[in-house]
Amino acid sequence: MFLLYFKTWRIPVLKICCVHFGYCVFKCVYFSVRHDIACHVTVCSFKMAAEDLPSQFDVVILGTGLTESVIAAACSRVGQSVLHLDRRNYYAGNWASFTFNGLLSWIEEYKNQQKVQITESEQVWRSLIDEGEDVVPLSSVDSSISNLEVFCYASEEEEKEEETKAPLTSCQPVNAETVSEETTGDSTEAQDTVTEPSQSQEEKDSQPISSPADPPVEVEKKITYQKLVKEGRRFNIDLVSKLMYSRGALVDLLIKSNVSRYAEFKNIGHILTCRNGKVEQVPCSRADVFASKQLTVVEKRMLMKFLTFCLDFEQHPEEYQDYTEKPFREFLKNKKLTENLQDFVLHSIAMVTQQTLTEEGLKATQHFLRCLGRYGNTPFLFPLYGLGEIPQCFCRMCAVFGGIYCLRHSVQCLVVDKASNKVKAVIDTRGQKISCSHFVVEDSYIRDEQRQSTAYRQISRAVLITDRSVLPSESDQQISLVTIPPLESSAPAVRMVELCSSSMTCMPGTYLVHLTCSSSGTAQEDLAPVVSELFHVSTIPGEEPSEGAEERSKPAVLWVMYFNMRDTSALDSSSYSLPSNVHVCTGPDGSLGSDCSIKLAESVFHHILPDEEFCPPAPNPEDIIYDGDGPQAEGPGFDESVNTEAEEEGAAHEKNPSTEPAEMDSVADTTPSSEE
Amino acid sequence: MHGRVKVKSTAQQEEEKRKEREKKLKAFVSARDAVLRKRSAGEHDEEALQLTQQLLSSNPDFATLWNYRREVLLQLETSREKDEVQKLYESELHFIEACLKVNPKSYGCWHHRSWVNTRLPQPDWTRELGLCDRCLSLDERNFHCWDYRRVVVKESGVSVEQELQFTDRLIGSNFSNYSSWHYRSTLLPQLHPQPAPDSIHSHRVCEEQLLKEYELAHNAFFTDPNDQSAWFYYRWLLGRGVCVCSLCLSQAQSEGLMLVLDGQPQQVEWRSTHPRLRHSPVWLCDLPPGSVSDISNEHNLTVHWTEKYTHRDCALYTGCAESWCRDSATDQELFRSELSVEKSSVLQAELQSCNQLLELEPQNKWCLLTIILLMRALDPLGHEKETLAHFQTLKEVDPMRSSYYSDLCSKFLIENTILKMEYAEVRVFSLSNKNLTTLCHLDQLLLVTHINLSSNQLLRLPPQFAMLQCLEVLEADDNAIESLEGLYHLPKLEEVSLRNNRILFAIQSKCFIRNPFSAFRASAWFDLVSRSQYSSLINSYRLCRIMEGQQI
Repeated sequence: MFLLYFKTWRIPVLKICCVHFGYCVFKCVYFSVRHDIACHVTVCSFKMAAEDLPSQFDVVILGTGLTESVIAAACSRVGQSVLHLDRRNYYAGNWASFTFNGLLSWIEEYKNQQKVQITESEQVWRSLIDEGEDVVPLSSVDSSISNLEVFCYASEEEEKEEETKAPLTSCQPVNAETVSEETTGDSTEAQDTVTEPSQSQEEKDSQPISSPADPPVEVEKKITYQKLVKEGRRFNIDLVSKLMYSRGALVDLLIKSNVSRYAEFKNIGHILTCRNGKVEQVPCSRADVFASKQLTVVEKRMLMKFLTFCLDFEQHPEEYQDYTEKPFREFLKNKKLTENLQDFVLHSIAMVTQQTLTEEGLKATQHFLRCLGRYGNTPFLFPLYGLGEIPQCFCRMCAVFGGIYCLRHSVQCLVVDKASNKVKAVIDTRGQKISCSHFVVEDSYIRDEQRQSTAYRQISRAVLITDRSVLPSESDQQISLVTIPPLESSAPAVRMVELCSSSMTCMPGTYLVHLTCSSSGTAQEDLAPVVSELFHVSTIPGEEPSEGAEERSKPAVLWVMYFNMRDTSALDSSSYSLPSNVHVCTGPDGSLGSDCSIKLAESVFHHILPDEEFCPPAPNPEDIIYDGDGPQAEGPGFDESVNTEAEEEGAAHEKNPSTEPAEMDSVADTTPSSEE
Repeated sequence: MHGRVKVKSTAQQEEEKRKEREKKLKAFVSARDAVLRKRSAGEHDEEALQLTQQLLSSNPDFATLWNYRREVLLQLETSREKDEVQKLYESELHFIEACLKVNPKSYGCWHHRSWVNTRLPQPDWTRELGLCDRCLSLDERNFHCWDYRRVVVKESGVSVEQELQFTDRLIGSNFSNYSSWHYRSTLLPQLHPQPAPDSIHSHRVCEEQLLKEYELAHNAFFTDPNDQSAWFYYRWLLGRGVCVCSLCLSQAQSEGLMLVLDGQPQQVEWRSTHPRLRHSPVWLCDLPPGSVSDISNEHNLTVHWTEKYTHRDCALYTGCAESWCRDSATDQELFRSELSVEKSSVLQAELQSCNQLLELEPQNKWCLLTIILLMRALDPLGHEKETLAHFQTLKEVDPMRSSYYSDLCSKFLIENTILKMEYAEVRVFSLSNKNLTTLCHLDQLLLVTHINLSSNQLLRLPPQFAMLQCLEVLEADDNAIESLEGLYHLPKLEEVSLRNNRILFAIQSKCFIRNPFSAFRASAWFDLVSRSQYSSLINSYRLCRIMEGQQI
């Protein structure tokens, strides 16, 4: 089990090694490799000592989502002993990213879980409970995902060596064939065949990729389902689709804590919207407004004037005070913005609803604008290899400072001291009693009995693999954010993020599209209309591309998955009846940024340790003084072997940088660091 | 607390850094001394290259070392094959690139780079162009790089179209960039020259392209009206006729003027109106004694300006005391200088766009100023009221430059009054209570006999005031006049009123007391004015007036 974690740790290191920023970064990577050895040693030495975990921790954290991981890192950083568990066999919970095959396994798991009723055995741990102690059992079933549907439109045919090439002039949509994934279910051994996502990432990194230099002009070639599976390792499909506001809480935290060095980022190249069925660019920066061909000069002035006002709207209260109780939309009308501009500001810049009040709308606009220019002309960043990297980066920092990690390892119940009504220990799935002074847990582990209410909001999600970008432009390696205003005014606005292959989330020649909105029905009901408006979805198996030029210009959907995810972000401590030292972390929310989760993590941390700083910068490895108490001294025997292994890995990648797609050098140019 | 990572204190780090710096300095100084010794010993070898390389990579602004390097390279070049020379200089280019990373604005580096490219047997200009583009993407205003890029473009023969696209790209990414706008202004006339065969107009741009450029400028200043680069470009587009006149003015010296009286060339001495004026549009001479002695005779006067092969004639008829020949200021559109070239329909359309912007941004100074200039180009008298109102707003929104606006406003008011005066064909010039702060175009007032400048904010009567040679009555009450330099030798001045001023030196008063025994019996004034634009160089100088003054 622990060997597996070894591999996980090294993945981010390898990724950094593969991208050549120059000598500096290499040096830095080398140090972080060396630095990580400390944590490996801790884990290993403990493994040698006993199969059991230590019986005492300051903080036990259950769930490896973003909020939990940040809390883990923050606690560990200031010297708390942290045990971090997750019942799943992958990191990041509902924040995870999967390879295509990993996602298929995840779907299998979901289907099986729907069928199997798990009976829980309480007897094992009953004996561990003493007098004066009470027990709060935890849920062993994750019910946060629902309404999962999968459709495949890619051809199931075997890939032939000599393919008849489509004429160059037309981009032919794939020979479609509807395949229902449900039929392939019923596999009892699903639990065992689940691909460890991190493991397959590892493979991807170490195995030479068959055609890294293939130009993405392969559109003419049909992409079959077999091809998607074969190249599945190239995908990193997020369950949650979010971007990072470049001045948001997450980026600030990544910089402040130095965790940013474990990851790489890419700019969002296009901010788009969809009006009357046409995808077009949203002018949001000064340069965009200047270059925009859709706006008249007067509109340009009005928009710039409004945006400039929003930047420091607090200074001019007289401008909006009459509207504080009225919707933002009305304020925009009052500002004499044309319909066009109102839509841009409301849906694409502020990203708020028709009902949002003026002040909130202004704040949202301001936030967006302040993020411009920090890392290029758009306000967003996306982590290469998917959003699931971010929780893992924080877990890594936690481990660097001594945190202990166990996956596929959960807590059955909490042991509560009756007198103080505080948790004093937890009993893990192996029946070991581990005492702790604080317990942090993800919402999905809480049973309904502990909740005040079981009515939740839901997020509707769709994940699409397509063959082309929705906005053809000179550069096809751009990440785009598309906001789609609601078709009817009551419906929620849909947010779409289109990822290109250079974001390391999909195979060359394909695009990975995430759709998100707050649910009013099932995900399919909410999002299928948008999908059919923006994409070509073949209805009849083997359908020939229709003659209409309009259909041809739309990208074709190869594969699609719909699901609903529970949105618990509105809940707070009053929503649960739990002891006071149990801190519940809500899952991902429906918004574009992650500010909500980071703020929650910070508040939980301050609750646990009121006097400590939240994630102070990690010291430079050169400045750390190793003395007798240092972690290095604990396992001198291991030190050497691990060291050489890590160095060999690094060296191997130095020699063989071509394992990464060629475009990496040019696109991965953004790494958050302290203010540029 | 237990379990925390121990970190070195900042004092410790500081100390370490200080030691590090000291060590570096020591190494640098000793290497520098070694190199300078080698140079004075006349050694030109590989070792010298290496040593200078070490020094320059830490301090690329050490010009002496670059010079030494050039000496060494020239020496090495002589003893090598062509391939080796190519290699030698290519490695030099790599080295310079590294130095540019240290200081992208190092004069030495950029100069050395141009030099190396001239020495390279096969220079790779595409690579150099790429380097410039990379450099400019990091700092789009690095003028060293812009300069170098011009050289590269010239050498590599990049087409003008491509260069125009290059400026499109730069302006698109950030339009607050003079460099790219200016580069554009040099490219456009090359790429889209005006079809007219007139060679003088070769720097103009064809109409079709101009309309596109206007649109581009509109986009920029509607997006951000406070950004001046687009406004300057816009003014260049509108007023691109401005040219050579300043040069002509400086040439307007007395050399080359010849007076012919009744067909007889006369030997006369030309002088300007004021001893402090060396260059002047007005020149005087005394006619030789006796040449116009008989007032009953009719005289023909001709002034030739030999340099420009131009002349003006004038006849002094029997019984007349004075006579003149002048080109009208109105005919020549003398004062529409700045934006005069464009067709008025285009100017009208542009004025509309600017007014549209002004409605949205009533406080924008660039917009106000451009509107004023456009109005003057279109119809200075018709727009006078609006112009004055705009000036008022300008002074309020931009108090830092209120004096500039006042002077400009004074200039426009004087121009307008001159025009009105010419239309009315009078010799009385009244500009009282107009908040004038400065006097200009005084050469145009040569014939004025009465001038009223009361209740303004004038600080002085400048030396040019002496050009008002016909002035008889001067009223300048209620000003803030301190100096009366300009009241020099005004031969016909009879009345001066300077109540309520701040005159400093009584000494100057001697200038304006008319000397009744003034020696000259006949004088001639020639007014040589640089005519507005390139429109007609031939007609650009005029002979304003020849006058026969009968003194008592």
